[in-house]
Amino acid sequence: MRRLLFILPLLTLALMAGFFAWSLTSGRDPASIGSVVVGRPAPKLDLPALRPGEPPLTDADLRTGKPVIVNFFASWCTPCLAEHPLFTRLREREGATIVGIAWKNKRDDALPWLKRLGDPFKLAGLDLDGKTGLDWGLSGVPETYLIDGTGIVRRHYRGPITERDLNETILPFLKGAVK
Amino acid sequence: MIPELGHFSLILALAVALVQGTLPLVGASRGDLRLMALGRTAALTQAFLVLLAFGALTQAYVTSDFSVLNVVDNSHSAKPLLYKISGVWGNHEGSMLLWALILALFGAAVAVFGNNLPDTLRSRVLAIQALIGVGFLAFLLFTSNPFQRVFPAPPDGNGLNPLLQDPGLAFHPPLLYLGYVGFSVTYAFAVAALLEGRVDAAWARWVRPWALAAWCFLTLGIALGSWWAYYILGWGGFWFWDPVENASLMPWLAGTALLHSAIVVEKRDALKSWTVLLALLAFSLSLLGTFLVRSGVLTSVHAFAQDPARGMFILAFLLFVTGGGLALYAWRAPQLQGGGLFQPVSREGALILNNLLLCTLAATVLLGTLYPLFLDLLTGNKVSVGPPFFNATFVPLCAPLFAALCVGPFLGWKRAELWPALMRLRVALVVSLAAIVVAMTMIDSRSTLAALAFGFGVWLIVGSLASLTDRVRSGTLRTLPRSTLGMVIAHASLGVVVLGSVATSSWNTELMHTMKPGDRIDFAGYSVQLERMDEVRGPNYIAERATLAVSVGGKPYTVLQPERRLFTVQRRQVAETAIQTNGLRDFYATLGEGNPQQGWVIRLYLNPLAPWIWLGAALCALGGFVSLSDRRLRIGAPSRKPALQPAE
Repeated sequence: MRRLLFILPLLTLALMAGFFAWSLTSGRDPASIGSVVVGRPAPKLDLPALRPGEPPLTDADLRTGKPVIVNFFASWCTPCLAEHPLFTRLREREGATIVGIAWKNKRDDALPWLKRLGDPFKLAGLDLDGKTGLDWGLSGVPETYLIDGTGIVRRHYRGPITERDLNETILPFLKGAVK
Repeated sequence: MIPELGHFSLILALAVALVQGTLPLVGASRGDLRLMALGRTAALTQAFLVLLAFGALTQAYVTSDFSVLNVVDNSHSAKPLLYKISGVWGNHEGSMLLWALILALFGAAVAVFGNNLPDTLRSRVLAIQALIGVGFLAFLLFTSNPFQRVFPAPPDGNGLNPLLQDPGLAFHPPLLYLGYVGFSVTYAFAVAALLEGRVDAAWARWVRPWALAAWCFLTLGIALGSWWAYYILGWGGFWFWDPVENASLMPWLAGTALLHSAIVVEKRDALKSWTVLLALLAFSLSLLGTFLVRSGVLTSVHAFAQDPARGMFILAFLLFVTGGGLALYAWRAPQLQGGGLFQPVSREGALILNNLLLCTLAATVLLGTLYPLFLDLLTGNKVSVGPPFFNATFVPLCAPLFAALCVGPFLGWKRAELWPALMRLRVALVVSLAAIVVAMTMIDSRSTLAALAFGFGVWLIVGSLASLTDRVRSGTLRTLPRSTLGMVIAHASLGVVVLGSVATSSWNTELMHTMKPGDRIDFAGYSVQLERMDEVRGPNYIAERATLAVSVGGKPYTVLQPERRLFTVQRRQVAETAIQTNGLRDFYATLGEGNPQQGWVIRLYLNPLAPWIWLGAALCALGGFVSLSDRRLRIGAPSRKPALQPAE
């Protein structure tokens, strides 16, 4: 019994080390933050249109019975530049419905940016003061949300989407394979 | 050429460490004096070689040698010289080199100052120390070589993280490492004692100065880090329960417990296996801290290396060192026989209570730090354990610790009476109760807890000083042993820290306001006017500087100039707070974002007794050093004392 007491520190260490080894090999990113919006109805959307002459963006635009991709971007954001061609491809090849929201971005900056790179957005809104971004739990741009036909957020990507995201989650989602 | 020399001497150091880590051990078990003597020479050689390597890297930084990758990644030619030098350890590779250097220097110190140790013990200690060194040197050479070249050499470097370009932070890592690594000596002493199967009063007397030295440095290192956080992070707090702060607090708590339990071994020949365990744990917790910070399992401002291979290496090393020590402990410690018997109410009993509480505190911090990590792995839930947890667990545990702290020194060894001890503390008791009443009635009647904690602070100061009053009365203050004086200083300074942190966190005033030049606001009896906004150019940054004129009753009081610095190379902004202190409170101002149209966000804080937190910590370390000076005299020159007595 007394002997066991002396082995206790070693056992505690073994247990801790096991956890550490697991943590190191699990490939998890301690910096990743979970999303509070996933699995819930999409937060409120009521924004002026980015492109002049179009009707404003509302909640109804996210509840059309078809999956929608919502992308927050800004012309001043370099990673947005990197993911932009992927959205163009989604629009052209898959016919995806993509809603773009210019976040903390002036209309005079965002529009020329889209003109230069190509505009993949079916609808586009302007969140100049960033309040809508706040409601959506945005930590910066770019961030992208997948919303199903009933308006429930199914996925939330922080940072630019990648080729891998496209193949592994976004395309299956659009085809209805991922709930 | 010089970086290659540095690299080469590091390789040589590894070879020497391998020799130092093996042959003296063989010598000690065979009783071969020549092999044992090797340990000393090797320790000095190893320290010289690592010093050479460190010098080579420093040279590369000072001369901005951009053909060295490490310099490119972490330095810039426009950086002030101080930060070129501190840049050496402001990155993963360089800080590991600093660690290896301090380890080797401690080894050399044992070789030089360890004259009074028996040959077998000294050679074992040096060998264990070298084996730890082998781990770090191998880690450096195989996974984190600081001397890697880059070709072609870029014209300039990427600069140092702007948050680290600060005088407080330039010296924070070296001090902290002196503490962490200092505990490697106590670890080596513990392992050597387990190998020899003997722990006695002499062993405790030898190990205690090392533990004390490490503890003093660690105290200073932690305090400097906290001070940095206070004035650079810009929201008035001084301790955030960040995993990395916790990582440094755990070895400090274990080290404090060790300091106290070693006294029992020294004086009363009891608590042996427990003291050995603490000596092992203090260093193990230091290593654990390194692992947590460097492996990327946790996120923190300090996390440099996000490379899993490095994490695995440190984990393997941690397992080897801690696991090895604890396995040896499980095997050999049950044979250690304790001697002295004592009653629960006695000096020993008080020290055991101290140890129980300190270790519970360390365990609480460990749990709070690792729980989120383990929970995330087990369930995928992300939680953050922060101040609420620690306020609910750590702080209440401090109460019995502080209460007993002043009583312990008044209890005799073996058996004591509680009542006479309390009688001698009656003044302290009355004064601290009065402090509670004053705090409740005059400062803040809502927070009973803060008032209570304030009373504890006063109790610690007055109660600790009470042990001097008898000596003052009898006029024997001058003959007070320095170790006792050191203890009184350290105990009382803890009270200073408590007063500072309670007052700052409970009774501070803060205000956030958007101001344009010319605007004036009233803040806690002061009138603060934003006089102007300037653009200032530093050596490697551009700053916005607010000039705040503070006046009291129409008379100018002080001018505060908080800045926001944009470091041009990294494109990162860092706030530079402005603090005016009068020793009793800090007037603290930070500048937030803003523009001429809408104004700038100005935050003002009045932090009562805030400077006492660091003053107390510095005094605490001073107490340690005072006590250390006593030990050096007593151990180093035991024959000197009789000579000082005049012949009659």
